[in-house]
Amino acid sequence: MSEQNGTILRARGLVKRYGSVTAMDGADFDLYPGEVLAVVGDNGAGKSTLIKTLSGAVLPDAGEVWLDGKRVRFHGPLDARKAGIETVYQDLALAPAQDIATNLFLGRERRNPGISGFLFRKLDSKRMRAEAQRVFDELGIGITSIQQRVETLSGGQRQGVAVARAAAFGTKVVIMDEPTAALGVAESAKVLELIGRIRDRGLPVVLISHNMPHVFEIADRIHVHRLGRRVAVAAPAEHSMNQVVGLLTGALVMGEDGAITEAQHAVTAGLDQ
Amino acid sequence: MTTNTADNSKKYTRAQLGEYILRTPAVGPALALLAAILIFSLTTDTFLELDNLSLVVAQSLVIGTIALGQTLIILTAGIDLSCASIAVLATLVMADLAVGGMPGWVALLLGIALTSAIAALNGALITAIRLPPFIVTLGMFTIVTAVARIYSDGQSIPTTDGVLRWLSTQRYLFGGIPVTNGMTIALIMVLGLAYALAKTAWGKHVYAVGNDPEAARLSGISVRRTLLSVYIVAGVIYGIAAWQALGRVPNADPNAYQIGNLDAITAVVLGGTSLFGGRGSVLGTMIGALIVATLRSGLTQAGIDDLYQDVATGTLVIAAVALDRLSRRKQ
Ligand SMILES: Nc1ncnc2c1ncn2[C@@H]1O[C@H](COP(=O)(O)OP(=O)(O)OP(=O)(O)O)[C@@H](O)[C@H]1O
Ligand SMILES: [Mg+2]
Repeated sequence: MSEQNGTILRARGLVKRYGSVTAMDGADFDLYPGEVLAVVGDNGAGKSTLIKTLSGAVLPDAGEVWLDGKRVRFHGPLDARKAGIETVYQDLALAPAQDIATNLFLGRERRNPGISGFLFRKLDSKRMRAEAQRVFDELGIGITSIQQRVETLSGGQRQGVAVARAAAFGTKVVIMDEPTAALGVAESAKVLELIGRIRDRGLPVVLISHNMPHVFEIADRIHVHRLGRRVAVAAPAEHSMNQVVGLLTGALVMGEDGAITEAQHAVTAGLDQ
Repeated sequence: MTTNTADNSKKYTRAQLGEYILRTPAVGPALALLAAILIFSLTTDTFLELDNLSLVVAQSLVIGTIALGQTLIILTAGIDLSCASIAVLATLVMADLAVGGMPGWVALLLGIALTSAIAALNGALITAIRLPPFIVTLGMFTIVTAVARIYSDGQSIPTTDGVLRWLSTQRYLFGGIPVTNGMTIALIMVLGLAYALAKTAWGKHVYAVGNDPEAARLSGISVRRTLLSVYIVAGVIYGIAAWQALGRVPNADPNAYQIGNLDAITAVVLGGTSLFGGRGSVLGTMIGALIVATLRSGLTQAGIDDLYQDVATGTLVIAAVALDRLSRRKQ
């Protein structure tokens, strides 16, 4: 990997509190061009909060974010999307009663060229459907009709729609929050394949997952999140699944030099917080 | 996930038909309307007369127009309990201003500005302070109703102004059926709103916000701005409904349309729009309003008392909501 080339997306010292709950507690983040970065951590570790901050859906109480070396401040999801960061949220963020093409373009519909588009705000449905079809063909996501309503799709197909939307519009980064959580074996494999294909198109992917075999299959690096902050960065090539699991539960700790040792007070370390 | 289209083709067309009916929620209500018309033409001699059909349409105009605004709000999973009260207040203000010597069209525009402002206030309270639409509009209903009585001293205000009465003063024959300007305007409104909902980004956003506001927000839609725009457009529509009301009766009456707020919801629900938001159409609402007027007219001609007509309408409303719920559970 090209650590030397600098990060595409980077964050330092992110903090987010919800009342008395500290969802993020000084979290750091680094994503490099062309890689698949897995983010792993226990339930409630703050993974979703971290990526929601990176995608503009959550405003952090403190901390800084850089995209392509430039400091960015997102005030909403639209800001991040305009900057080229696309996100597949844990609960997908699709409008179930609307069709696939509408969902793909939701929030950035294309208007007709000319008078009908300008004066009468008429949408170019034909072009949007054609473009949607092209995206699905390109990514190899099978659907019967682009005009099918999302609620009539299987879980895997819905996931496919959300992924396709991110892949179609992402120009800098694609973020996916547990895209395989609700899926069976075959459909999960399909989504992993999709992630690989997006990386092959040159887009870096951030993948949140609880599924270690998936993580080790697809990720180039692994960001380990625990109690609201990054506690280690591992690599499938250098570390074992057991080591990563140990890091995210707190049984193991990673030193400044990357050496992994057993936690001194593994039990109290967890209760301290 | 790739499907072999060959052996699916037959199933596909049937599924498509089902899809079409689900995507076009006005089909069910349209069938219900046709059934009602059929029954009343067979059981009474007078129902199918052209003059009577014209009267049925005319009788559905005011509530039907209000219900168009109500539809937009219900599509966003909101509700407006103050819609008809706002329109009634506007009839009083328009008539009063005209009596005071103001040109009719100025009074009309001021009336529409008034309804838009009140509806915008509803929208602002709902979006800015995140109050539930039910509570905000219930409060507004109480306030506006009282203000209307205070403003008019409880008396009706007659109007003879040409502009304010214009929606019903001329009648044209269209295929033998008497048509008024009010009917034409209502049709233009239905078509215009149907276009805006189906063919513009604004319409897509209205449905998306009603469907799942968080998903809409994450998709980059400004939920607040969409909601506020819906309440303002509804306000404009209430103003036009007030104009329709002045066309129907040459009197602005503070006691008119007392249960109009609920009648409008009835029309929306009978038209197949879901109270849970995100599904429905203005075409359905137009049909819903016609169903109510048809029932009233047909049952009257069959000699059935007003109160039993209420029982019939109420039963239909519950049946329509139950159908909506059940059809959703299957998915
Ligand atoms: N909107 C919110 N309001 C209140 N608390 C929140 C909110 N969002 C997250 N939290 C809290 O912040 C903490 C981190 O949540 P987050 O969803 O980021 O965890 P996660 O690592 O994604 O968990 P999971 O693996 O279960 O998805 C949790 O304790 C959660 O309850
Ligand atoms: Mg999460």
